[in-house]
Amino acid sequence: MSIKPINQIKGTALPLVIDDIDTDRIIPARYLKCVTFDGLGEFVFYDDRFESDGTPKNHPLNNPKYKNANIIISGANFGCGSSREHAPQAIKRAGFNAIIAESFAEIFHGNATTLGIACIILPHSDIKELEGYIKENPGEKLIIDIETETLKSSAKSYRFQINQNAKKDFLAGTYDSLGELLTNMDKVKILEKNLPYNFKYLG
Amino acid sequence: MGKTLFQKVFDKHKVAELKGGKYQLFIGLHLIHEVTSPQAFAMLDELGLNVAFPERTFATCDHIIPTDNTERPFRDKIAEEMMKAIENNTKKHHIKFFSPEIEEQGVVHIVGPEMGLTQPGITMVCGDSHTATHGAFGAVSFGIGTSQVRDVLATQSLAMSPFKVRRVDVNGSLGKGVYAKDVILHIIRKLGVNGGIGYAYEFGGSTIESLSMEGRMTVCNMAIEGGARVGYINPDEKTYAFLKGKPYAPGADKWDKAVRYWESIKSDEDANYDDKISFNAENIKPTVTWGINPAQCIGIDENIPEPVTEGDKEALEYMKLQPNKPIEGTKVDVVFIGSCTNGRIEDLREAANVLKGKKVANNITALVVPGSFSVKKQAEAEGLDRIFTEAGFQWRMPGCSMCLAMNPDKLEGEQLCASTSNRNFKGRQGSSSGRTVLLSPVMAAAAAVTGKISDARKIFNL
Ligand code: SF4
Repeated sequence: MSIKPINQIKGTALPLVIDDIDTDRIIPARYLKCVTFDGLGEFVFYDDRFESDGTPKNHPLNNPKYKNANIIISGANFGCGSSREHAPQAIKRAGFNAIIAESFAEIFHGNATTLGIACIILPHSDIKELEGYIKENPGEKLIIDIETETLKSSAKSYRFQINQNAKKDFLAGTYDSLGELLTNMDKVKILEKNLPYNFKYLG
Repeated sequence: MGKTLFQKVFDKHKVAELKGGKYQLFIGLHLIHEVTSPQAFAMLDELGLNVAFPERTFATCDHIIPTDNTERPFRDKIAEEMMKAIENNTKKHHIKFFSPEIEEQGVVHIVGPEMGLTQPGITMVCGDSHTATHGAFGAVSFGIGTSQVRDVLATQSLAMSPFKVRRVDVNGSLGKGVYAKDVILHIIRKLGVNGGIGYAYEFGGSTIESLSMEGRMTVCNMAIEGGARVGYINPDEKTYAFLKGKPYAPGADKWDKAVRYWESIKSDEDANYDDKISFNAENIKPTVTWGINPAQCIGIDENIPEPVTEGDKEALEYMKLQPNKPIEGTKVDVVFIGSCTNGRIEDLREAANVLKGKKVANNITALVVPGSFSVKKQAEAEGLDRIFTEAGFQWRMPGCSMCLAMNPDKLEGEQLCASTSNRNFKGRQGSSSGRTVLLSPVMAAAAAVTGKISDARKIFNL
C-alpha cells in the first residue's frame, strides 16, 4: 500500500469560476448507476457541457483552448452536495489532479485528497486575477508547490492555503490512509473490546 | 471546562494519531447501500482484504430500487446489476442485508433508526451525505466517500480530524403549520450552504427539544445542506423511549447500563463550543425554496428576492421565477412526499391528516413513497394509504425514488416539483431542466390540492 508522495503539480488550467459547484453538476446522478468508477471521466460536468439532445454547450471543457488542462480553477464551496466519491473520481479520470478554489465542501475535500487530487485555496481576488490571466493566456503552465504553498505562473507567484493534514499526507505519501490504518489493527481490536457500549446484535 | 457530546464520543473512539496529524477513529456502526459500496468491495478484493467486523456493517438497497414494479430482474439492467452486487457482496462477507424479500428494506437513514441500530454515543458512518440524520439520537454520524467505505470495511476505522462544534439553539414555540422542515430550512437560509463547513452542528433549545424523534431526524438530516457534516441532538427521554423495544436496541438486561452510558455522553452544561448561535422559533414560517440550493428559501408569504449574487441570477433563470413576485401561486406539476428527510410515519400522518376528503388538482402527478417497508406497513395499518389514494396520490413501494431519480421516478422537461426531499440542485430530480421546490409534507399536500405553491395554513385552515 505504498503510494508516491506528491510535492509539485504542474500543468495548465481550466477556468470554471462558479460558486457552489455541487456534486450533481460534477457528475449527474444518472451516471452513478455503475458498479465501477471506470469510464466516469467522460461524463464529468455532463449537463453543463451538453444540451439534452447532446449538442455541446459553450463550456470551458468543450473549448479546445483548455484541452489537456489538469488544474481546475473554481469559486467558493466547490464540491458541495452529496458524499459520492463518483465526483472526485470523475474529475480524476477526466485528467485533473488539482483544484484551486475559494473553499471546498468537507466530504468532497476528503474524498479528493484520498485520491491524490490537491485542493488548493486562494482568496476571491486572486482567483479572479488568475482566471483573467488564464483566459488571456490559455495553455500557460502553472506550478503548484505543496511544500512552500506557492502557485506560480510566469507572471506572478501566489501564496495559497492548503489543509495542513492534507499537506503532510501529500508530502509523506500517506493521503490514502488505508495502509496506515491497517498497521494499527491490534489497537482497533482492543478498542473494540473495551467500547463503553454494547449492542444487542454484538451478543 | 466541560466537553460537548461530539468531543466525548470522538475521544472514546480514537485508536491512534496518524502521521499526517489526523486520528484513526473507530466506527461503531457502518451502514451501506448499493450505490457507494460495490466499488469499495471491489477495492477490498483487489487488495486481498477481508471485512474486519462484518457484524458492525448493515446493508440495504434504496437509491436505484423501482417503487412501482419491483419484480426481479429489474427492467433497468444496471439497477439489477447493482442489486446483485449488494446481494453477492453482503452474502460473501456475512453482512446483514435488509432486503426487499424479507420486507425490511428502506432508505438507509430510515432503516437504521427503526431497527434500533442508531444509538446515542456511537460513531456511525455511511457512504451517503445524509448520514447526519442519525445524529438526532446523539450519535456522531457522518457521510463518507467510497474509499472510506473501503477503509471501514477493512479496518472498522477511518482517518479523520475532529470538527469544531457550533451550538445552534432554537427557542420558543412553532406557529401553526410550521414543522421541523421549516426550522432547518430557516437555519440554512440564515447560516448559508457553506456556513457549517468544518463544524458539527449541535442543535438544542426548547423548540428542538419539543420535536418528536422524527422531527429531530428531519433537522439533522439537512445539517449537511448547511455544510456541516455532522448534526446532532443530545439524547433524552424521548430518544430512549423511541429506541426501547426496537429489534437491535439493547434488551431489558442491558437497558440500564446503556442508558447510563447515553446519559454520560451528553454535552456538559459548561461545554466549550467553538461558536454559538440562536434562533427564535416565532420568526419561522412555512418555508419554501425558490432557487437551486437549500439556502435560497423564503417564508411562503414573502416575495422572491431581488438577485444579489451571480448564483441568485442563475437560480432565478433556472427556476424561471421573477424577483419581487410572490412564490405563492407558482404552478406545480409534480408533488413528491418521501425521502430520508420526510418519508417517516409522522410525515405521512401529517400529510394524510390534512388530505382527508381532499382531491389532488387536475394534471398534477402526486406520489407518496414511504421511507421503508416498516413505514409502509404502519401507514397501511392506520389507513393512511387509502387517504392518499382517494385524494389521487400514487402509493408506492419504499425507496429514495424522486429524491434523486436514480430509479424510474423522474421529472420530465421543465416540470416543477413540490418535494419534501432535501436537495433542489439543478437536475436533481432526473430531468436536467427539472425544477424543485423544497417544503414540508403539509405544504406538499397543499401544493397537490391547489396545483400551486400554497400556504397550507390558509388551504387547510390550520
Ligand atoms: S432519500 Fe434522497 S437524500 Fe436520502 S439517501 Fe435517498 S437519495 Fe439520499
